[in-house]
Amino acid sequence: MKDISTPINKVDNEEKISGKAIYVADVKIPGMLYAFTKRSTIAKGKIVKRRYPNLPEGYFIVDYKDIPGKNIVKVIFDDMPVFAESLITYLYEPIALVVGPQKEIVLKIIDEIEIEYLEEVPNFDWNDSVVHYHFDKGLGALAFKENQIIEYNYETPYQEQAYIEPQGFIGYLNGDKITLKGSIQCPYYVKNAVLQTLGFAEDKVRVIQTTVGGAFGGKEEFPSLMACQLAVAILKAKKPIQLVYEREEDMLVTTKRHPSKIRFQASIKDGRIFGLKVHVGIDGGANIGLSGVVLSRAMLACSGAYTFEHLDVSGDVYRTNTVPNGAFRGFGAPQMLFAVEMFIEHVAKDLGKDPLEYRISILAKQGDLTATNGLYRDPILMPSMIEKAIKISDYRNKLEMYSNSNLYKGIGMSLFFHGCGFTGSGEAKHIKAKVKLVKKSSKVEILIAAVDMGQGVKTTFRKLVASILDIDIEDVIFNNPDTDFVPDSGPTVASRTMMIVGGLVSRAALDMKQQWDNDFLVIEKQYEQPEYIKYDEETFTGDAYPAYSWGVNIVEVEVDRYTYQVKIVKTWSVYDCGKAIDERVVLGQADGGLAQGIAYGYLEVMEHKLGKILQKNMTDYIIPTAMDMCPMETVLFDNPYAYGPYGAKGVGELTLVGGAPAVAKAIENAIHRRVFKIPVTPEYIMKLVKQNED
Amino acid sequence: MKINFKLNNELVELDTTPNRRLLDVLRDDFGLTGVKEGCGEGECGACAVLLNHQIVNSCCTPLANCIDKEIITIEGFSKTKRYQVIKDAYAKLGGVQCGFCTPGMIIATESLLNKNPKPTINEIKIALSGNLCRCTGYNLIVEAIVEAARVGEGLW
Repeated sequence: MKDISTPINKVDNEEKISGKAIYVADVKIPGMLYAFTKRSTIAKGKIVKRRYPNLPEGYFIVDYKDIPGKNIVKVIFDDMPVFAESLITYLYEPIALVVGPQKEIVLKIIDEIEIEYLEEVPNFDWNDSVVHYHFDKGLGALAFKENQIIEYNYETPYQEQAYIEPQGFIGYLNGDKITLKGSIQCPYYVKNAVLQTLGFAEDKVRVIQTTVGGAFGGKEEFPSLMACQLAVAILKAKKPIQLVYEREEDMLVTTKRHPSKIRFQASIKDGRIFGLKVHVGIDGGANIGLSGVVLSRAMLACSGAYTFEHLDVSGDVYRTNTVPNGAFRGFGAPQMLFAVEMFIEHVAKDLGKDPLEYRISILAKQGDLTATNGLYRDPILMPSMIEKAIKISDYRNKLEMYSNSNLYKGIGMSLFFHGCGFTGSGEAKHIKAKVKLVKKSSKVEILIAAVDMGQGVKTTFRKLVASILDIDIEDVIFNNPDTDFVPDSGPTVASRTMMIVGGLVSRAALDMKQQWDNDFLVIEKQYEQPEYIKYDEETFTGDAYPAYSWGVNIVEVEVDRYTYQVKIVKTWSVYDCGKAIDERVVLGQADGGLAQGIAYGYLEVMEHKLGKILQKNMTDYIIPTAMDMCPMETVLFDNPYAYGPYGAKGVGELTLVGGAPAVAKAIENAIHRRVFKIPVTPEYIMKLVKQNED
Repeated sequence: MKINFKLNNELVELDTTPNRRLLDVLRDDFGLTGVKEGCGEGECGACAVLLNHQIVNSCCTPLANCIDKEIITIEGFSKTKRYQVIKDAYAKLGGVQCGFCTPGMIIATESLLNKNPKPTINEIKIALSGNLCRCTGYNLIVEAIVEAARVGEGLW
């Protein structure tokens, strides 16, 4: 049999390349209405009066009064209203939907709606902590007694997912049942949220995924808000309705990566780091939503790819009157990995050590305890991965040359890991994934709620099942998830899809193989936590993740000595994601993830001013074009994980999280200055260069 | 007013206002949904089509600019031999992830190879710089175009 990693033609190439794939905006239903959103014009205050214009026939205004169930979007922490009732907590908060047959008239009605506010002073400072976590390892704060302390502060910005397909839904009523089709990552998040908002019975809401034009976390929880609003509108208008955002609306109001401020302190003993004290603050925006989980993942990543005996780790989610932040590939880890990678480098230099040798000397090893006293059970291949990365990039020679010259060239290396699957007890306690395989004569259908959003799930899952059953991939069916047919295998997030859901599917396929002679078979599997995995959410103790993927990124840059423009010359990466189910798919993730990670580190600027996002379209918000990117060399190390299918672990997020520190270190190397925040823009480089000249 | 143009090799006539976006006309009046709207302001290239064999963003093209001209969308182009070569190359090299930018990328590829059948890597990057992709980091698309130019030698 062929190695499972050997690439195959992606199953959706044909429909996507030819333009035949149907995305949500392509779905047309006869007689459908268009919906647009009336939004607040203040960042904080109360609505004291609403004046709605007289409506032409066939037009509707839909607001909180129309909600039959709860006016709250079910997420993880439920504090986001479907429609603002009285309280306004951020600029452009949704107040109502206006729907009708003609877009121009709908937009005119939105303009005619008058909302009178009692404005209050919005808070943009990070002082209203709504989630606070703390945990210790070893001596905790006691490790700081009497020792020398080195402290630095790091900052990371917003990042916008910038999927090329904006968010959207279309929905209709069929008798007393509502169907919603949308560009989504999590069909059951949407379904459960709509059920709560409508107060409907479980079988009266159906959610179907349309082809997703990119998501990156941006279509994890935000679509639930849109779906709830649209469902209420459909119930009122009793007509099919489309709600598709235009780019500007999408960028101004949808969730983004949390900006963070991270303080690191090292307790120094005998010339080495004895313990670390870390505080991470993230800006949650106006609602908490997923922010607590994002904060957890950030804190759990605080020791990076290293092991420290003593840790004192705390974090806060701050509520501000800004657009709510949420999921984005990496989910808290990119912020922390930037900070910890810079900090260890900075401390090593302060101690007069060779940063690379020092980092290698403190790398996490199999058998070490994680930040939460869990165990790194599986082999860690980092030393040989680093060696490989150094060899293919000529890192040592370049580092030496650039460090001792004024060439304005630099090379930087990040070492990192990523916990695979839901954080903490998520999989066992909250998600409880279920999968189903159905055999009808020679065809096998995969029934799961995992979504192909470009990462190749349709291809890799069909390949996985075909390979285990030793049948043709054409005999394996995988349709876009439809909640009327697929069980809840959990959200398509957290680098969990292949490792967790794929693991269950592969075990179902193995069972099916045993009974293959039957013409009709239904095999179901439910997630069971491996017995050795124990985690206490309250105290942050134990195994926060069932497995870890590992990586090394090396980035080489040139900085223009006059304009301080950064050019990315080349990248070299080595990843351990267990086993690639399809090498080409993983290499595609590797390129795309690193491009996003590097751009987060040097290119993508997003800020708010008095609660208003200043970059409202693709002209203002710069993501890389083909001209900004460079050749990327990637090497995969096999390191099979016992519970992953063929040994696969998480890969999607791993490829992003090391990008920012690698490019930031490369720029440090080029300009001979220390970097403490991203993105490292020409303006910031100029400041750093001038500062040291003064 | 009556507006005539050639669309995917057929002469068409439309009674409409000339200031509409070509993008809306193609999607709404002709159901050509392979033409995507990603940004609506000419930055992302998802709506790219060929106008007299020049690549244009249909979101920034008023219908008035198309009178008596020839428009080719991905739907029309996908019936050609050149398309087959480009498609196979994108599939082979892994140039497609979410697929939303892909039809525009294919149009950009055709536009480039039509003018320059043997482009350098840098020429390819310049040709793609009006088409945003958030999934791939572009390298696999660039490699696909190199492959298409090689395999399709003589077609352009």
